Amino acid sequence: MEMNGAQMVCEALVAEGVKTVFGYPGGAIMNVYDAIYKQDGFEHILNRHEQASVHAADGYARATGEVGVAMVTSGPGFTNAVTGLATAYMDSIPMVVISGQVPQSLLGTDGFQEIDAVGISRPCTKHNYLVRDINHLPRILKEAFHIARTGRPGPVLVDIPKDITAEVAEFAYPTDVNLPSYMKVPKAKEEDVNAAVEAILQAKKPLLYIGGGAVLSNASDAIRELAELSQIPTVETLMALGVMGNKNPLLLGMLGMHGNYASNMAMSETDLIISLGARFDDRVTGKLSEFGKYAKIIHVDIDPANIGKLVNVNYPIIGDVKDAVEMMIAGLQGRVNTEQYNDWREVLARYDALYPQSFEDSDEVIKPQWVIERLGELVGEQAIITSDVGQHQMWAAQHFPFDRPRQWINSGGLGTMGFGLPAALGVKKAFPDKTVINVTGDGSILMNVQELVTASEYKIPVINVILNNQFLGMVRQWQTFFYNDRFAETDLSFQPNYKALAEACHGIGYDITTKEEFDAALKDAIAQDKVAFMNIQVARFEDVLPMVPSNGTLNNMMLPKIANPEKGEK
Amino acid sequence: MSESRRVISVIVENESSVLSRVSGLFAGRGYNIGTLTVAPIPNSQRSRITIATKGDERTLNQITKQLNKLVPVYEVVEHDEMVEKEMVLVKFPIEESLADIEALCGAYNGTIVNVGVSMFIGMVADEPARVRNFINAAQRYNPIEIVRGGVVAIER
Repeated sequence: MEMNGAQMVCEALVAEGVKTVFGYPGGAIMNVYDAIYKQDGFEHILNRHEQASVHAADGYARATGEVGVAMVTSGPGFTNAVTGLATAYMDSIPMVVISGQVPQSLLGTDGFQEIDAVGISRPCTKHNYLVRDINHLPRILKEAFHIARTGRPGPVLVDIPKDITAEVAEFAYPTDVNLPSYMKVPKAKEEDVNAAVEAILQAKKPLLYIGGGAVLSNASDAIRELAELSQIPTVETLMALGVMGNKNPLLLGMLGMHGNYASNMAMSETDLIISLGARFDDRVTGKLSEFGKYAKIIHVDIDPANIGKLVNVNYPIIGDVKDAVEMMIAGLQGRVNTEQYNDWREVLARYDALYPQSFEDSDEVIKPQWVIERLGELVGEQAIITSDVGQHQMWAAQHFPFDRPRQWINSGGLGTMGFGLPAALGVKKAFPDKTVINVTGDGSILMNVQELVTASEYKIPVINVILNNQFLGMVRQWQTFFYNDRFAETDLSFQPNYKALAEACHGIGYDITTKEEFDAALKDAIAQDKVAFMNIQVARFEDVLPMVPSNGTLNNMMLPKIANPEKGEK
Repeated sequence: MSESRRVISVIVENESSVLSRVSGLFAGRGYNIGTLTVAPIPNSQRSRITIATKGDERTLNQITKQLNKLVPVYEVVEHDEMVEKEMVLVKFPIEESLADIEALCGAYNGTIVNVGVSMFIGMVADEPARVRNFINAAQRYNPIEIVRGGVVAIER
């Protein structure tokens, strides 16, 4: 069938099962938008900034596991999208971004809105294409989706010059990809798994260390089964929250810079780290030379480059986490003695009793941790939580009772402020019946605040819980700890009227200074079905604790001041 | 960890952006490029990029693994048993002894390849260490310009 390149793009998206595209038109992508106007195979959401379009597609992808799609124009449209691409790249999120480019006759001439999109995006995409021939377009679109979702997932950019989207050619969407140079998806080797199983049986203090790869490979059920079968305690990274479920007695919690005491102590004392889709990020390991000092390491990862990148691995297993865990279960079945790690679990339980994840509540001022715990009590299981980046993100990670994977959507690797609201739009589009809450701060929310308009226009009622401490809080915390209280450019006490801001964008705003107001506002926000700002004044100088200072050792944490039953006031 | 030298052949799809993907990977991740040569492989749609690099064991390991992740990369060969050659062209003033330099080039698998009115050009193709020796030896004939090629290598 003959059609132009723009129609080919639409046909390909429909063939890939795309329901929602997030984007923003402009000169070089207009042909495609003209084709979108004429079709009804998918819905297009007009964000108010290209960065938000990409984050929304990203949020959609994280919540569903499907490939998110965003569309932008050339030049500034594309450069605005770069932060979104980098965010998705760092967290291995499957995504296809389609960008317009100047016509080929102008390529390389510094034409209006021309920028080398493929050159700029090379280090922050899994792969990218500049389409030079209309006859290649169907194949390239097919490959883009294939590459985005297979192996270690990631974003793929397809940059299409305007003359190509206008040109007419024969279209037949390929059913298969032929990419002989593309790395085969590795399969875990039997002998590697067997070696790991023997190591587990030998270990006295093994620890399951679960990362974002467990979410990407939908390995949650398998990992819960592995833990249950072996009774090995587990820790989760920021990206893995929900994999074990917060009620699971084998879950110690989150480890790393703001991990809890028991998790970090477990990692410091374990004799066998069983890494499942984690990548030994510096925010997890602290000082590398001290990390897992007494441990042998089993490392399961679909990306061979992650293995041995930072730590020496004794038992590498290259392959999909879910497959590898299922093979481990088969290997351990009938052989593992569930009592063999009793002493180890007991030690860890004592650590947890010593310093549980806690905070000192107040009757005078709202503590940010209280907000998160209350949120958990009021909406808990039925909500999906997105977040921005900073203190609020860590409090949400520490205190919200995540009980399933893909319930917690945040920018872990790149740490992108402004991610939360547009990502929440993507999540809510995918799951309109779920309560979607963006836990944010007064710093982050202003980066992409324009998405209030998008949310109102398309009736995507996401609730923004703004933990407002009138500071760029995490930086302020570091200034307190490491820069002698010199609060360089972190005081945000000059503020917009958040309630009025939400209302100006056809949403609903709440100014909240008491716990009672919080409860009432949350109830109302859920009932109102409008995009909402809950502007909550919280304790200004609250710190995120525990904290392992950058490049510190995991067992050397700054701990909250709490009344301790065994040790007395610390 | 101690640094060692390694020659890597990267077999890639012969397409316009592939060299920037490879060189960009080295730049972005802070890997060293000593020399880099690239040419199409005869009778195929592929090219061979030969890179001489150095680094500690972990880095060299990462280089191979990261290269393998690039979509247009077919194969990464870390050379161990190999024949390795590099070429150099040197321009000398006509006043220098043609016979001496011809003998010198001859000692390093080379010869005089061009003689003009005011200069002549010697060429040598040999192992990189011997090419360095040749360049040192050529210094006393007042070379006007020295152009080195990169390393090419083939498995034995």
